[in-house]
Amino acid sequence: MTIPITIRLQQDDFDVSHEIRALTHGRIDIGAVVTFSGICRGGAEGGVITALTLEHYPGMADAEIRRHVDQAIARWPLTGVTIIHRYGHVVPGDNIVLVLTTSAHRQAAFQGAEFLMDYLKVDAPFWKSEQRLQRTSWVDHHHRDADAIARWNAT
Amino acid sequence: MKVIYFAWVRERVGKAEETVDPPPSVRTINDLIQWLVGRGEEYAHAFEKPVVRAAIDHIHVKLDASIVGAGEIAFFPPMTGG
Repeated sequence: MTIPITIRLQQDDFDVSHEIRALTHGRIDIGAVVTFSGICRGGAEGGVITALTLEHYPGMADAEIRRHVDQAIARWPLTGVTIIHRYGHVVPGDNIVLVLTTSAHRQAAFQGAEFLMDYLKVDAPFWKSEQRLQRTSWVDHHHRDADAIARWNAT
Repeated sequence: MKVIYFAWVRERVGKAEETVDPPPSVRTINDLIQWLVGRGEEYAHAFEKPVVRAAIDHIHVKLDASIVGAGEIAFFPPMTGG
């Protein structure tokens, strides 16, 4: 069975309710929609962030997301997936990433969305650089992100 | 072959991409890194942290992967998207 899959990398913002509508409109097989939005924080461990610049590897970023979407579809009975990841300049409060999953029942949608987000963090080729008041620096990766995917491999 | 760099690896190398022609003895990603490091300080600086990742033709690979037949090789830090 083929299901609607949308993967977009874009500089522009996205509208969460518009994307939900686009994925679910006119369908009666969907019982659950799970939405994850990742948003730019204004402050983290090292103080005030004024902006983020997201660099990505065109071509590979889409392919890598698609690879994990295929894995999620093979693992859970999902009926639709939308993933949007922004690149370029974002400021605190802006959207960065959207993961939408649909299924007949909630468990598949919850787990599929979480699986996709966990793998997106560690495998999709995006890099954040943070602008603070006085300096700009590349964000360090978190071991907790690598740890998060370990549970998907247990059994 | 084409080699491309991202994030702080790109900043340290000082360029986003280049075409290189390593000798036949350079067979793996690790060999290529050592060969690049031998070309100048900027490469030594880029690869001094043992965390740099690699991809061949858009697929993540380990450092012992063969580069035979590779079209595009990318080097980058651990990813921080999402």
